[in-house]
Amino acid sequence: MRTRHNLAVVLSAVVLVCCAALILSQGVNAAGEGKITGTVKLDGAAPHMKGIDMSKDPYCSKAHATDPAHLETYVTGASGGLENVVLYISDWSGSAQVSTAVLEFNQKNCMYTPHVLAMDVGETFKVETSDQTAHNIHPNPNPMTGNIPWNQSQPPGAPPVEKSWKAPEFIEVKCNIHPWMHGWFAVVKGPYATTDENGDYTINNVPSGNYTVTAWQEAAGTQNQKVTVAAGGSAKADFTFKAK
Amino acid sequence: MRTRLQNWTLLVSSAALLAFPSTSWAQLTTFDIGTRIGAESHVGNITGHAKDASLPYRRYCVGCHGPLGDGNGENAPYMQPPMYQQPRDFQLGIFKCRSTPTGTLPTDQDLFDAITRGFDRSNMPQWNTLSKQERADLVAWVKHFSPRWANEKPGTPIQIPPEPEVTAERIKAGRDVFARVQCWKCHGVQGMANGPSASTLQDDLGRPIAAFNFTDGTRPKCGDTDQDIYRIFMTGLDGTPMPSFADNIKPDEAWDLVFYLRTFMAQKSKEKEMAKQLALKPVDPNAPVGQQ
Repeated sequence: MRTRHNLAVVLSAVVLVCCAALILSQGVNAAGEGKITGTVKLDGAAPHMKGIDMSKDPYCSKAHATDPAHLETYVTGASGGLENVVLYISDWSGSAQVSTAVLEFNQKNCMYTPHVLAMDVGETFKVETSDQTAHNIHPNPNPMTGNIPWNQSQPPGAPPVEKSWKAPEFIEVKCNIHPWMHGWFAVVKGPYATTDENGDYTINNVPSGNYTVTAWQEAAGTQNQKVTVAAGGSAKADFTFKAK
Repeated sequence: MRTRLQNWTLLVSSAALLAFPSTSWAQLTTFDIGTRIGAESHVGNITGHAKDASLPYRRYCVGCHGPLGDGNGENAPYMQPPMYQQPRDFQLGIFKCRSTPTGTLPTDQDLFDAITRGFDRSNMPQWNTLSKQERADLVAWVKHFSPRWANEKPGTPIQIPPEPEVTAERIKAGRDVFARVQCWKCHGVQGMANGPSASTLQDDLGRPIAAFNFTDGTRPKCGDTDQDIYRIFMTGLDGTPMPSFADNIKPDEAWDLVFYLRTFMAQKSKEKEMAKQLALKPVDPNAPVGQQ
């Protein structure tokens, strides 16, 4: 009991100091929200992505009869743009972003669409299936973070599953029936964006202030950049990853 | 010759080492765990106290589950999956046998039943030789290892409607459910654990794991009453590839499926007799969806 009180005191002191520091140094202004844009590229040739043998499930292999499936660890566009990179503000101290649209994570042709789904803490997302074969949707977070793993079946025609996550974490999601199916729930705090097929991104709804933008790629790791967003303005942060 | 100061330094540094054992970030220390020694369990009208289970845990459990409850006891390296699953890591707070929905904590009764029943095809024996009070104390002790119990409440147990009478129609309907939700993907069309996905199954920690073989005469891990089988597929076995089917099987259909699964089992049963008379064929994995 004593230790718990001490911990609470220390924690609240830390929080107070942090808040004060943030207010003094940044002067975050809620009015006139800006944005952060940029492009994420992959340095050098894209690594070879192995093809996927789906012969275990005829439905899946038939769906990819003309367009063979490949692993999606690195997905690059024509100009070296890197897709599926999550951009977020790692020193975000504001409140959670309220989003109106419900995010969708679909199981289509025995692959996940999108491969990486970024979301805010507490934001609702929907897991759907378009396939005529059974899947099980099995995210595997670390329970020590406060995110609890679950595992639900989605046979053909199953209703969507609606969920959200409690804590920031990059959570792997798998299907045990189709072991090649592999995707990510990127749970972050505050505004975020995911790069498109050209590697471009835009983080909207960013109040003016100084921020650290972090780019996360599932295999290459993270990179940081400091940016300053003026009220209603736009900051730019480009990233280049090296394939590991 | 050592000076008094040197002695002191030695004492202080060894005390510091004892107080802060170096462990990885995910592992709790005895200090973290010790703060939850007040954990309790409530099973029926018995209240279990974690502090009373320290000795029985050291005597009966620590060899496999380890002093920190992380499943790294001294016997653990000798249990090789998929034949023998490794001892449960209590720190994660994730349990297979629950009456509660997937992703939630089990009830105290669930843990009590697991200790009492043991796990077939594993190194976990039945502990029904311990008194109910001792088992309830051990439930509280198991709970005190994971911070989840301090932050969350157990899930609400799923409702199991009264078991209906077995009929030929129900067994046939159960076969349709088996085909529709595609149990055979792992368990095989005859329940022999030889479905197309059986060979690649892994648990949440990436260790190989086998689907349940209904035909080899062993019992399901979470009990072998009809209610237990109902519960297994409606809650899922967390930490394993077995998902929850609660969103996709209605309560009445669930009973049909229980009866159909019984027809695979080696043990004599009414369902097995009926299936023989019906001359039921295994489902066809290549039939289009909805056309069995």
